Amino acid sequence: MTAATVQQSGAVSAAATQSVGSKRPRLLRWLVHLVVIVFIALWFMPIMALLVSSFRPQADTASSGWWTVLVRPVFTADNYFLALDQLKVAGSLGTSLAIAIPSTILTVMLSMIGAYALVRMKFPGRTALSLLLVALLITPPQITLVPLLRLYNAVGLAGTIPGIWLYQVGFTLPFGIFLLRGFLASIPQELYESANLDGASELRTFFSIVMPLSRPIMASLGIMAFLWSWNDLLIPLLFMGGSGMSPPITVNLAGLVAQTTQGQGPLMAATFLSVAVPLLLIISLQRYFVRGILGGAVKG
Amino acid sequence: MTSVSIDGVRKAYGATNVIHGVNIEIDDGEFVVLVGPSGCGKSTLLRMIAGLEEISGGQIRIGSRVVNDVSAKDRDIAMVFQSYALYPHMTVADNMAFSLKLKGIAKPEREARIAKAADILGLTPMLKRYPKQLSGGQRQRVAMGRAIVRNPQVFLFDEPLSNLDAKLRVEMRSEIKALQHRLKTTMIYVTHDQIEAMTMADKIVVMRDGVVEQCDSPLNLYDRPANKFVAAFIGSPSMNFIEGTIRTVEGHPSFVSHDGVILPMPSAAVVPDGVSVTYGFRPEHLALGKYDGIGAIVRLVEPTGSETMVQLRVGENDVVGVFRERVSAAEGSTIHIQPDPERVHLFHAETGLRLA
Repeated sequence: MTAATVQQSGAVSAAATQSVGSKRPRLLRWLVHLVVIVFIALWFMPIMALLVSSFRPQADTASSGWWTVLVRPVFTADNYFLALDQLKVAGSLGTSLAIAIPSTILTVMLSMIGAYALVRMKFPGRTALSLLLVALLITPPQITLVPLLRLYNAVGLAGTIPGIWLYQVGFTLPFGIFLLRGFLASIPQELYESANLDGASELRTFFSIVMPLSRPIMASLGIMAFLWSWNDLLIPLLFMGGSGMSPPITVNLAGLVAQTTQGQGPLMAATFLSVAVPLLLIISLQRYFVRGILGGAVKG
Repeated sequence: MTSVSIDGVRKAYGATNVIHGVNIEIDDGEFVVLVGPSGCGKSTLLRMIAGLEEISGGQIRIGSRVVNDVSAKDRDIAMVFQSYALYPHMTVADNMAFSLKLKGIAKPEREARIAKAADILGLTPMLKRYPKQLSGGQRQRVAMGRAIVRNPQVFLFDEPLSNLDAKLRVEMRSEIKALQHRLKTTMIYVTHDQIEAMTMADKIVVMRDGVVEQCDSPLNLYDRPANKFVAAFIGSPSMNFIEGTIRTVEGHPSFVSHDGVILPMPSAAVVPDGVSVTYGFRPEHLALGKYDGIGAIVRLVEPTGSETMVQLRVGENDVVGVFRERVSAAEGSTIHIQPDPERVHLFHAETGLRLA
């Protein structure tokens, strides 16, 4: 009787251990999923809060937190109308785009040309130029502000969008050239030689072989350059004073934060709009972002 | 109809000479293999013929044209690289069409040439695929297809089979040879594998340290190597060498090794007495004697199925024998071997040059 019970309990406990053991990997996976979901929720929460608040009437925002919409959803688009029209957010978005898009295109094109020259051509002063680029890379923009502003005023660039392009492209170029240079150096020499034997001139090789291969890294650089340009507050703030057009979105928002007469609603709306543009860009190009960064490291 | 003439060609990187005066004549339609150990200059020479490296001295002629100062794309040659160098972002068809588009060849002609090359190489089902979707052997064929569509005067191959596995290498070897028979174009092929050289070449150029050691047909290189280096390089397993001197023994000249072993001499050899020589014989030219011949201690028996490789010790020397028959000697036992006297090679001990 005792022996049988011992045997039975042994069998049961063995079965129990076995079943717990087989559940453990699955449990671990669920745990990992849970942690990831929590992190996503945490990261997404501010944007969620922003979006929800921007659609709530002013009175509600002042009296209760944004999460109350889950219980009592009351939405309005008033904040957006106010922001776009009275607060000139529409114009600001336009100005920001007018600054960011050409700035990005110029940065990517010029970085590509510069990186190609550094990798493929041997010319006197190549090393000196590379060192100069490194020096520019670590130069803090702040020290250039006063001299450049004076120069801009003298030349008549102050308050113009091309002036901003010049500044932003100039300061992003060293980074861009180095990023692209790493990738271009990973293209095997034999590919160039093969193109050469096939009859391609240097220019033809650049357009038909190098540029198509570099699309991922150019996309990453483009995303980064666009983000930096779009989010730039300091330069437009300082260099675009006195211009007749709407200030860029960053400057506009900075001003809105200071004034409280209109309430927080329009600020929420304006902020969300300023976030939405880069968000859309990254979501549509996100596969290039990661691939491009790693692309230089692993040769295909 | 193109011959290639390499005339006193030198190559220097700064002050260092890497190729010292190479002379090679390649006839129209010949398959010539440049072979040699790593660093001997064969790839550099090939690249100079292609136009990818500057020529420091001498002349290279393709046909009757001196091409020293002609740019690579105008030399009317095509090259197959070791790593194939396919354009990763283009399909197979586009890869092959690239050079033709650059030459301004019209679309119908382009498509015809690509279709023909694809047919020869068995690439027709793959024309719309990208290089990353192909296997190593298929990529190599695309590289060859790219070269074929250009109808060049000379094909250049830079170790094209090095990246393939052994079995595929054997298969591609015969395919390349068949291609050459079909196209009848002059081909210059670089490899470090002497078996590839022996099986594919009409003429082999053995190089070492930037100099041509010997330039001859495969069988001549095998039967009459000009020096000890070529004798050791060609043939696998490589030739056995024993050091010794020529002495008159019992009235006729014989080879006596430093440790006193007497080995038979070829009948036609005329070597004066007392000269220090290296005695060379190939592992496959050893016969097993029952009781006569030279005693050798068995160190290792390696049967490969079709033949048996035996590592032996003769006096102080390690000797390798390859026998058609099965050898059932135990390790440590003594067997008797006889080198075939007519297949023995004698080299001068210091210069390494062939004496007989």
